[in-house]
Amino acid sequence: MEKFIKHTGSGVPLRRSNVDTDQIIPAVYLKRVTRSGFEDGLFSAWRNDPEFVLNQEAYKKGTVLVAGVDFGTGSSREHAVWALQNYGFKAVISSRFADIFRGNSLKGGLLTVIIDQSDVENIWAAIEADPTTQIMVDLDTRTVSYNSTVLPFEIDDYTRWRLMEGLDDIGLTLKETDSIDSFEGNRASYKPKTLPIKK
Amino acid sequence: MGKTLAEKIWGEHIVRSAPGEPDLVYIDLHLIHEVTSPQAFDGLRLAGRKVRRTDLTIATEDHNTPTLNIDKPIADPVSKLQVDTLRANCKEFGVRIHSLGDAEQGIVHVVGPQLGLTQPGMTIVCGDSHTSTHGAFGALAFGIGTSEVEHVLATQTLPLARPKTMAINVEGKLKAGVTAKDIILAIIAKIGTGGGQGYVIEYRGSAIRELSMEGRMTICNMSIEAGARAGLIAPDEKTFAYIKGKPHAPEEFDAALAYWKTLFTDADAQFDVEVNLDADALEPFVTWGTNPGQGLPLNANVPNPAEISDPEARGAAERALVYMGLEAGTPLKKIAIDTVFLGSCTNGRIEDLRAAADVLKGKKISSTLRMLVVPGSARVRLQAEQEGLDKVFLDAGAEWRNAGCSMCLGMNPDQLAVGERSASTSNRNFEGRQGKGGRTHLVSPLVAAATALRGTLSSPADL
Repeated sequence: MEKFIKHTGSGVPLRRSNVDTDQIIPAVYLKRVTRSGFEDGLFSAWRNDPEFVLNQEAYKKGTVLVAGVDFGTGSSREHAVWALQNYGFKAVISSRFADIFRGNSLKGGLLTVIIDQSDVENIWAAIEADPTTQIMVDLDTRTVSYNSTVLPFEIDDYTRWRLMEGLDDIGLTLKETDSIDSFEGNRASYKPKTLPIKK
Repeated sequence: MGKTLAEKIWGEHIVRSAPGEPDLVYIDLHLIHEVTSPQAFDGLRLAGRKVRRTDLTIATEDHNTPTLNIDKPIADPVSKLQVDTLRANCKEFGVRIHSLGDAEQGIVHVVGPQLGLTQPGMTIVCGDSHTSTHGAFGALAFGIGTSEVEHVLATQTLPLARPKTMAINVEGKLKAGVTAKDIILAIIAKIGTGGGQGYVIEYRGSAIRELSMEGRMTICNMSIEAGARAGLIAPDEKTFAYIKGKPHAPEEFDAALAYWKTLFTDADAQFDVEVNLDADALEPFVTWGTNPGQGLPLNANVPNPAEISDPEARGAAERALVYMGLEAGTPLKKIAIDTVFLGSCTNGRIEDLRAAADVLKGKKISSTLRMLVVPGSARVRLQAEQEGLDKVFLDAGAEWRNAGCSMCLGMNPDQLAVGERSASTSNRNFEGRQGKGGRTHLVSPLVAAATALRGTLSSPADL
């Protein structure tokens, strides 16, 4: 995974709450067996609308999505994260994310930043007034800054460390193989097994 | 201080914990389907890794599969590739799979319980947010993303932050015609789609204990629509009786039972949050908007956004009414429906089919709509046919389909057309969820059946 330390780019104001994963990428786009190419499905139902923010020239180069509350609700599809990343987004800012979406984003290196709704409103106002406004998301200092405003955000130390080092979770867990072996040695024998198939 | 049920199960599955780090949690059962697994298997292959515990892993095909002509190859080549990829991956890595046409094929969350693989006290994951369904058995079950699917395949564990706990107490007695679906829709309307975010919900109270296992699965299934990754219910005699005799019921049943009986929230345990709901006051519930929290009792009118004080909620309601093509103030019961869908991991089990068939028996559905009946699994379909339910549906003018996710999500041939309006027993009324431009009203199986007869949103009491 690519390291994430800080990112600076222009913002895209998505003034909608409850943007669910079916809006981020509809099911019909989930049939691929690769991790790439999902950008064409991103917000697909809205992309036909010339007024939609991603269709506006001023926001086409944005890399920081600034979304309404409850972003990423709904299904567990990691394709939603891939679609945002494939399109070019590096970070999403909102006042609240759905749990599974947030977990997926932080696994995959798409930084999801939680700040107060009033701060989201202020960023919207700033990037709507001037779409070239640069937003810096700094994981090292745990701050979002734009113009002269600096906003702290919270992220747990472990996730921050893993993202900043670009570490693969599976590789980290496999170092604990002895603990897993020993846990398995103590599992109750009545716990079900899928194999062999009983008839 | 005592522990909640979720805390007990969590504690018993910690492989390793360290301050400042997520707990490494052991996973007892990993369910797999075709949509969220191909990139995970690919990751294993690239890293030269194996599936650590094929004996705790099982796959089925559900999201892409057609519900007609299942003996023929899948017509959509992209869907076919995804299903073929799952079959090839399962063969290569040694994972048990139930493919289309197999007696145990079906929606992954219907298959697990019917095989008896879902048992109290387990940790269960699947790359599907409705994995919360299995919580009905007193298991800690939650949806995961594809990176986590790969992690579980490789290590049979997941690094996870400990969730907070929420109790939802539903006390009282449901009126006739009010079901588990109405309880959960009312809960979501009350706490909102983000209300459960960060929590594991435990559903408690006399109205929950009264529910069958099928009803409990319906409740836990939609925990995710309330924002909670997992929801569970303490196991009891109903749970134990349901598992007994299932293909994967424990051989050492008494030993398992002794453990299962320890699975309850201690009297002195503290939840982080408690929510109360009065079962006596509940009515059949339907959604009018485009998120599952936008629901009201069936006797209500479409709300007027101007009367909603919260600006976010008002904006969301305004957008929802435009998308849904509804006028504020319209009685919900006057809304005409084009398609009734009975099925999904929420309401595609035998009891759901029985409830709807009971309403439809000897009657004809309205000529103004179509009704699709899609059993949750091939086994449910078979059982329904043994009970003659298929004849009830067919005689009423409904379609009797093969098992799968079907119209719950627009990923297989069963979809709504642009502007088409459904009354659906599924779980999500998001824009475009059942097909681009489709409009969804979430309902219980009883409301679905009554609506099919009358042509407008209705409950059996209206017949």
